[in-house]
Amino acid sequence: MARETRAIQDDDATNPGMLWVLDGETLWNNKAGAADRSCADCHGDARESMKAVAARYPAFDPARGRPLNLEQRINSCRSGRQKAAPLAYESKDLLALAAYVARQSRGLPIKPAIDERTRPFLEAGKEAFYRRQGQLNLSCAQCHDDNWGKHLAGSVIPQAHPTGYPLYRLEWQGLGSLGRRLRNCLAGMRAQVPAFGADEFVDLELYLMWRARGMKVETPAVRP
Amino acid sequence: MARAVVTMPAQAKRGEIVEIKTLAQHAMETGFRRTQTGELIPRDIIRRFTCSYNGVEVYRADLHPAIAANPLIAFTTVATESGTLSFQWVGDNGYTVTEIAPIRVE
Repeated sequence: MARETRAIQDDDATNPGMLWVLDGETLWNNKAGAADRSCADCHGDARESMKAVAARYPAFDPARGRPLNLEQRINSCRSGRQKAAPLAYESKDLLALAAYVARQSRGLPIKPAIDERTRPFLEAGKEAFYRRQGQLNLSCAQCHDDNWGKHLAGSVIPQAHPTGYPLYRLEWQGLGSLGRRLRNCLAGMRAQVPAFGADEFVDLELYLMWRARGMKVETPAVRP
Repeated sequence: MARAVVTMPAQAKRGEIVEIKTLAQHAMETGFRRTQTGELIPRDIIRRFTCSYNGVEVYRADLHPAIAANPLIAFTTVATESGTLSFQWVGDNGYTVTEIAPIRVE
């Protein structure tokens, strides 16, 4: 990441992702749904209750029998507890809430919980990372393991550590989730692009977070 | 939810140069882009940003379609007296956001 981009990211006064975080704070305290409850009614002050939470997502959900990512957890809270309509993937509100929750983990090490329940999904994500796919017959690893640090067109190829999602991409001119990033990558590989929140994306997200374990959460990050 | 964030020191010495950073939430739609079906997306941008210090305009910027979304405008002014700075962003489709920040000058 260029020095200039990091400078934008590290100063809350210039980081445009903070606009979503502030929106998320408003949404956190807004009552919603038939239950007429806000996130804060159950969880209280997010600065305390949501600390380090995003650092361990995707986390296993016993009800679904599989890991859920942060966006899916927010939506399951919305439909289950608030009795409200789930927010659409990549909608401004869902990104804002996810950014606000993940912001509370900034600077804390990523630590996904890997146990017997989540291991099969981690393995599935790992398999997806090394699987060649698409018309270009590429795997994630061919760029992000074998050629990281080199350039793909003007951009440096990173090591695929999703430390700052949802993040502000200058190319997007807005905030986006890891799902959006993964869909971009797959489209570039000319592979079949699954829907937002598809199981295979969550598995891959779990594997990528496991790869990034120990690295610090940067949400809301800024990337070129 | 139109939002803007202003960051500046709350107090300063008389005559000191203070840096002010402003960030406004806006898509800055250029008016040149098209949808997938070929229709032009109408222009929707911030046209003007002004900053007044105790009612006196100290900074003004005209914004144009090539300016990125969520424009960050950073500038400086000289702290002359205690009071308030008011910031206003005005744009297409009736977009108006006003922010006020107090400053104490010693």
